[in-house]
Amino acid sequence: MPRLVNLRPNRGGALALGVLPFLLLLAAYLLGSNARLADNPDDKLLPSMSSIGTTLHQYALEEDRRSGDVLLLVDTIASLKRIGLALAISAAIGVTFGLAVGAIPYLRAILAPFIGAIAMIPPLAILPILFIVLGLGEVAKVTLIVIGVAPIIIRDLALRATELPAEQLIKAQTLGASSWLLSIRVILPQLWPRLIDAIRLNLGCAWLFLIAAEAIASTAGLGYRIFLVRRYLAMDVILPYVLWITVLAFSMDALLRLLRAKLFPWAEPAT
Amino acid sequence: MAAVTVRRLWKQFGSQVVLENLNLTIADHEFVTIVGASGCGKTTFLRMLLGVEKATKGELLIDGAPIAAEPGPDRGIVFQRYSLFPHLTVRQNLLLGLEFERSRLLGRLFGQSRKLAEEKAAALLEAIGLYPARDKYPSQLSGGMQQRLSIAQSVIREPKILLLDEPFGALDPGITADMHEIILKLWEMNRMTIFMITHDLKESFALGTRLLVFDKLRHDPQAPDAYGATVTYDIPLKAKRVAASAPSVAPHALAPA
Repeated sequence: MPRLVNLRPNRGGALALGVLPFLLLLAAYLLGSNARLADNPDDKLLPSMSSIGTTLHQYALEEDRRSGDVLLLVDTIASLKRIGLALAISAAIGVTFGLAVGAIPYLRAILAPFIGAIAMIPPLAILPILFIVLGLGEVAKVTLIVIGVAPIIIRDLALRATELPAEQLIKAQTLGASSWLLSIRVILPQLWPRLIDAIRLNLGCAWLFLIAAEAIASTAGLGYRIFLVRRYLAMDVILPYVLWITVLAFSMDALLRLLRAKLFPWAEPAT
Repeated sequence: MAAVTVRRLWKQFGSQVVLENLNLTIADHEFVTIVGASGCGKTTFLRMLLGVEKATKGELLIDGAPIAAEPGPDRGIVFQRYSLFPHLTVRQNLLLGLEFERSRLLGRLFGQSRKLAEEKAAALLEAIGLYPARDKYPSQLSGGMQQRLSIAQSVIREPKILLLDEPFGALDPGITADMHEIILKLWEMNRMTIFMITHDLKESFALGTRLLVFDKLRHDPQAPDAYGATVTYDIPLKAKRVAASAPSVAPHALAPA
């Protein structure tokens, strides 16, 4: 009998095993839901699949009677716009400052402690400040995500830049690179794959900040909808919305992973 | 042209004396091999020639002028490893030096100047036998191929001095013969002055025109840091010779594009 550490499932086996926990969760939900509904047909906590299906149909495919919008679509577009814009801004700030801090010791001396301190501010604690200063519109929500995510990306990229072997940087200088050429042709290209990793790892945080901001002041958005229907205990809306957010976040993560492999094949771990 | 003069050179790290009273005159186009026990300052000496380490006392002159305080294109370096750029293909790794030289703003060449640079790089790739692997990334190359590329990369800007820090130390003994052939070929073509650290005494005799042995002359067991190493043997080897093997590359391979 081989050791457990040497036993590996084949491709199909791994897929089946990966699906297993999802099926178990679904089964547990159905059992719980059935038991509660048998007790009390008006129970709102664990709605049946059919009532979730009806609500989902109403949100995803029918126009809202009051506004005439397809709510799930409107909410999704609003949220994706915010998170997409915020991540793009965070990436731009992250690369610019990460490169500067990582490459130039004097800039590191000036900026690293400051960025380190900024990164420690809990973004949600300054959300009221953002709403007061920037108003209740889109700017405050995007800013919240940027404040939460950008400092972490800066620090991660600066760390990556300082991890590059000294041999590489010396070699580039013996090939005649100035500080500028060294930065844009040797250091920066090696930061791109790490930028994608940093965004992937920060997706969870970004969604957290987005939903928090939407919950407090918004008129559309996935987080807004969840908090709106919370007062009616509308689990038949909340549960599919949470699932949908998870699917969106998961897809963004997978897309970024594919993008990294496609654009930076040299940075893929050896197989 | 690069003659190197070392006069009363000392190097200390804090109270630890690494090199003491080093005096050398190295003629142009010399192939200097350096051997010595670990920790006796060979690499420190090379790093001073490279410009990443400063002398504590004394003078280090190249063609009579004090050495520049940071690395530059007049002095090439090949480390044992990590000196290739992992995000660039073999061809791009080689082109980089030319791009740095001729495009100070973008570090990229276009049009006619790119074509000339590509031709020069291709000729050099032929010379080191890496032309078929030109579109691979360094991580896809064997250790020997990586070091060949690293050497070619270092000579493409035609440095006056080439520094080699145990370049073949991590390679299989079987392929070092090929490497020796390549390094001698490039040395002849470019007329550089070479300083090479090695652990392999046989290699140091086979390649060098001059062999330096670094060792400590004095040793105090109570204070092991008190005395540094210096050159204890300075052995002229065979007179300047023609490249060991007939060049299998056209001479224009290394001419400026």
